[in-house]
Amino acid sequence: MPVPVITASSLTKRYKDFAAVDGLSFEVAPGESFGLLGPNGAGKSTTMRMVGAVSTRTSGELSILGLDPNSHGPEIRSQLGVVPQQDNLDMELRVRDNLIVYGCYFGIPRAVIAKKADELLEFAQLSDRAKSKVDDLSGGMKRRLTIARALVNEPKILLLDEPTTGLDPQARHILWDRLFRLKEQGTTLVLTTHYMDEAEQLCDRIVVVDKGTIMAEGSPASLIRDHSSREVLEVRFGSDRNAEVAEKITGAGERIEVLPDRILIYSADGEAELVKLTEAGLNPITSLVRRSSLEDVFLRLTGRSLVE
Amino acid sequence: MTAAGSSALRMGDTSGGVKPRRYGSWYVAEHRIRGMRSYLQTIIATSLGNPLVYLFALGVGLASLVDQQVSTGAGGGVSYLTFVAPALLASAAVTVAAEESTYPMMMGFKWNPIFLGMNAAPISGNQIANGMVIAMMVRIVPTCAIYFAVMILFGAVPLPLGVLGILTSSLTGLAIGVIIMSYTSRIEEDKGQMAFIMRFGITPMFLFSGTFFPLTQLPIYLQWIGWISPLWHGTELGRVLSYALVEPPWLTIAHVVYLVGLTVVGVRITQNVVTRRLNK
Repeated sequence: MPVPVITASSLTKRYKDFAAVDGLSFEVAPGESFGLLGPNGAGKSTTMRMVGAVSTRTSGELSILGLDPNSHGPEIRSQLGVVPQQDNLDMELRVRDNLIVYGCYFGIPRAVIAKKADELLEFAQLSDRAKSKVDDLSGGMKRRLTIARALVNEPKILLLDEPTTGLDPQARHILWDRLFRLKEQGTTLVLTTHYMDEAEQLCDRIVVVDKGTIMAEGSPASLIRDHSSREVLEVRFGSDRNAEVAEKITGAGERIEVLPDRILIYSADGEAELVKLTEAGLNPITSLVRRSSLEDVFLRLTGRSLVE
Repeated sequence: MTAAGSSALRMGDTSGGVKPRRYGSWYVAEHRIRGMRSYLQTIIATSLGNPLVYLFALGVGLASLVDQQVSTGAGGGVSYLTFVAPALLASAAVTVAAEESTYPMMMGFKWNPIFLGMNAAPISGNQIANGMVIAMMVRIVPTCAIYFAVMILFGAVPLPLGVLGILTSSLTGLAIGVIIMSYTSRIEEDKGQMAFIMRFGITPMFLFSGTFFPLTQLPIYLQWIGWISPLWHGTELGRVLSYALVEPPWLTIAHVVYLVGLTVVGVRITQNVVTRRLNK
């Protein structure tokens, strides 16, 4: 493995008695697309702020691009691109000026920024909105502008905190496409998400985080292989009957999860499980056979759903 | 399109931090000044309109009621216009300082959190605080200069040294501005604190700082308000320069020391608060 661009060992952040991040250890290789997957409050954003060299760690070791954030914050940040969870574009400035002003923070010469700004607007598909007010952009456009802004300094690592939260499906797909292009160009991506489809789309490797600690690590495919069955049968019997039916079918599949609105039966062959149910005289209101996803991995590891 | 990762990866590279560390405060100020453009017309209108209205209303209108001379302390006297003008100049600086030290701070942290964006780039909390102070001065100094020019038009400044009043008034605005910032930079949620500052801090200060009448005309148990008021110190300095108000030399020095002292303390506290608040 080449020298990692990010090395964290026993990384910890405490607020008084509460450990938001509790001894995380991970490495990110150059060019890798690395995801932190977990529910809200798992410590993902806090980890991102520490990696982004804006939040001081309580203990543990952290090295970003060979530098310690405690002593070289500005030097590290000069090589990062950050897309925060909440857009913090300047509403008082126009679209293009947001890029120009941001470029200044890195000490980039004006002529270079001006050229770069036009390139980035094109990349973000916002060239025709260069003179618009930021307020007039849609949510997806603001997000793309934030990503464009994060690229103004040609970052070695791009940090994305919940990049598509709150966007409609079409806007998400446009954004994924842009991020995928960056990945193809060799940019190291580190992203947090609580959407498993996003993690599956974009990440080479994932760590599943809950309550500040790592629950599992691997590629999306290997996580599913190691922690879940190939297929899942989802059946609904109505919210008052689910628990009752679940007791009757305890032996079905490899494993059963009973959720308030449905029962999940994990098995290599979902259709076969469905046939067994109907043969036993249990006719679900709706049924669905699908492939296992990271959501199932998460459920298995934590006993909780990702999106609550 | 070479968005990212195009430059070769070099571990331990610190070259990107050199310029931001050196000039970061100025980058922040420049950003803030660009933001001011969105209300540039208001800025110009008020900085020209205010001196015209106030000098006319007080210096000409009110002066016709107050037709006696105000003592200079040296046996002579000056017109009410001459007496009130340095105070109005200092007050104008304070008004602008109050504008630039309240809502822009709240905005940068909360309403439109551009400070977080700056900090994600190589800019430190100290530099953000410094930049906001510099940007505030960029508004205060021209406001004072324009005000002073109008004072000249009204014939309200007898002595050439009076021109230094631009500096002393700016210093007064700076001192009050950074003290306000040291508080507003802490505000997590706007529950009317900033309106409170204006209504119960800034406005009463105008009334108890020897602005419209000499402080000595207040009962002694109210005069302390003037002594701690930066506006009083700035006003008295302006009067010494404008028409040679006579006061003990130590007091003139005390005015300067007090204003500079407040500035240093205010900037330092603001830097600490901003830095702490960003490092969560």
